[in-house]
Amino acid sequence: MNIVASLRSEITKLTSTRLWWVLAVIMVGYVALCAGGLAAILSGVGTQAGAPVLSDAQLPPLIYSFATSVGYVFPVLLGALAVTSEFRFQSLTPTFLATPRRGTVLAGKMTALVLAGAMFGVLALVASMGAGAAVLGAFGIDPQLGSPDTWAFVGRSILAMALWAAIGVGLGALVPSQIAAIVIVLAFTQFLEPLLRFGASITDWSAAIGKFLPGAASDALVGSSIFTLTSGGGTQLEWWQGALVLAAIAAVATAIGYFTSWRRDVS
Amino acid sequence: MPTGVPIEFAHVTKSFGAVDAVSDLSFTVEPGQVTGFLGPNGAGKTTSLRMLLGLVTPTSGTATFGGTTYGRLGSPLTTVGASLEAASFHPGRSARNHLAVYAQAAGLPSTAPDAALEKVGLGAYGARRVGGYSLGMRQRLGLAFALLGDPSVLVLDEPINGLDPEGIKWIRLLLRGMAAEGRTVLISSHLLSEVQQTVDDVIIISHGKLVHRGELSSLDVSDSKQVQVNADDRERLAEVIRSAGFEVANLRSGVLVENADAAAIGRLAFDAGIPLTALSQKRTGLEESFLTLVGEEGAL
Ligand SMILES: Nc1ncnc2c1ncn2[C@@H]1O[C@H](COP(=O)(O)OP(=O)(O)OP(=O)(O)O)[C@@H](O)[C@H]1O
Ligand SMILES: [Mg+2]
Repeated sequence: MNIVASLRSEITKLTSTRLWWVLAVIMVGYVALCAGGLAAILSGVGTQAGAPVLSDAQLPPLIYSFATSVGYVFPVLLGALAVTSEFRFQSLTPTFLATPRRGTVLAGKMTALVLAGAMFGVLALVASMGAGAAVLGAFGIDPQLGSPDTWAFVGRSILAMALWAAIGVGLGALVPSQIAAIVIVLAFTQFLEPLLRFGASITDWSAAIGKFLPGAASDALVGSSIFTLTSGGGTQLEWWQGALVLAAIAAVATAIGYFTSWRRDVS
Repeated sequence: MPTGVPIEFAHVTKSFGAVDAVSDLSFTVEPGQVTGFLGPNGAGKTTSLRMLLGLVTPTSGTATFGGTTYGRLGSPLTTVGASLEAASFHPGRSARNHLAVYAQAAGLPSTAPDAALEKVGLGAYGARRVGGYSLGMRQRLGLAFALLGDPSVLVLDEPINGLDPEGIKWIRLLLRGMAAEGRTVLISSHLLSEVQQTVDDVIIISHGKLVHRGELSSLDVSDSKQVQVNADDRERLAEVIRSAGFEVANLRSGVLVENADAAAIGRLAFDAGIPLTALSQKRTGLEESFLTLVGEEGAL
């Protein structure tokens, strides 16, 4: 009864239901569509207009970053659902019977989801880089697949997706109601945070706070995104600071969730 | 051969806010026999078992396996097998994967899930999603989870609920067999009749308090003797019995005679030339003494 056994068990939990691949399929389709679509639009603009918005060298990382800028909601959902389904289906009973140390279970689950998040990162990058590079290549733009910068970006994106899955676990522990957790994920990521980031970018002092928003931290970690383009860049954290912000959000949410819902009576 | 350890409840109390679900409960369950844990709905059976299994924290007191709380058992699933009444599984997972998840967590061999499914008669249904299982199949799957680690102690909450007659007979044999091997077997039920052919010992609780503890036979209080008798001419029959000095009450289906013996009443009727249409000795049954103990209205 240790963390390795718990990790194996949690991986089996993830892979033995349909959830992970349903989310993965939607994510890959969505990311590929966004990356391919934007690549076509921006390349088209670039080749037609006299003064392109972006240089050809800026284009590939921006397009590839759709893996995280639109894909990040999927590892969050996976993490949140992995935790909340234990509450919803009362499977915490057999789980805690097999592993009475509840901290071990949560650590195993967290590790399994960080791995799953990284795998989602790989899949999302395959989608954004596959579709993006194909379209860029068709427009005669160098997709920069051989550049070390691109591969450093790939590594940071995978880390970002792993951290987003960890945030999902923390959210699920904090909000055990599955419906509530899903609503929070969608409302925050799709509506509230974009609004806050836009609002925060208006003044200098709010921008200093806004850069700590999880989405902004994620963009800082990844290094480029459609957001930094639309909100004019502004102040950004260093990539490693972005990673620390995401990790801190995950850790705090998980710790609070552990002391509230996770240790509660299971009845 | 697995030797069970005793289950020990010592002054266990649990309050949910203002509700005292379990109050100062103390008893021991010995290995080598099947013990029934009985009480009406809401008596506190499930809460007690969940405290024993470390799922619910007692307000005070301790419930242990030979002095060790569930959380401190070195290898919980091979020591204690438990199934609780609630259906606790992800409906989208197959039965085999459901068991594999917990076998891996407990470090059991990878053959354990199939062996457990085989034991409960679900061998052919292991690949099916649990969401499509019938009530009885879910009950069996719960039992398969309990048997996963071949434990020396079994704790089952309402294991007979939802089983068909054949299933009841099967589980009865299984539990008796496991007790005979020296394991500790504790099963709960809200119906004495459901388990009376399975259990040796009973622990009865009501309103969260222990009301009776002893062998099953200790419930069979047949000292108040009643005879139920009937004849076509019921009026005359009652008259004859009453004049012989017995206390008689009229029932819809005959005459009830207090403190009598069926043979004596039969002889009385024969001597008076009354042909009887019914004659039986009524005993205060187990179920009735159970109801008397827990209060006719039950706990709710
Ligand atoms: N989580 C909880 N919160 C509040 N009250 C609870 C909780 N769990 C149980 N109770 C209360 O504790 C009492 C005992 O419930 P319990 O489920 O242990 O009874 P039981 O004997 O198992 O009943 P049944 O035969 O219906 O299964 C009931 O009054 C119930 O309402
Ligand atoms: Mg119950």
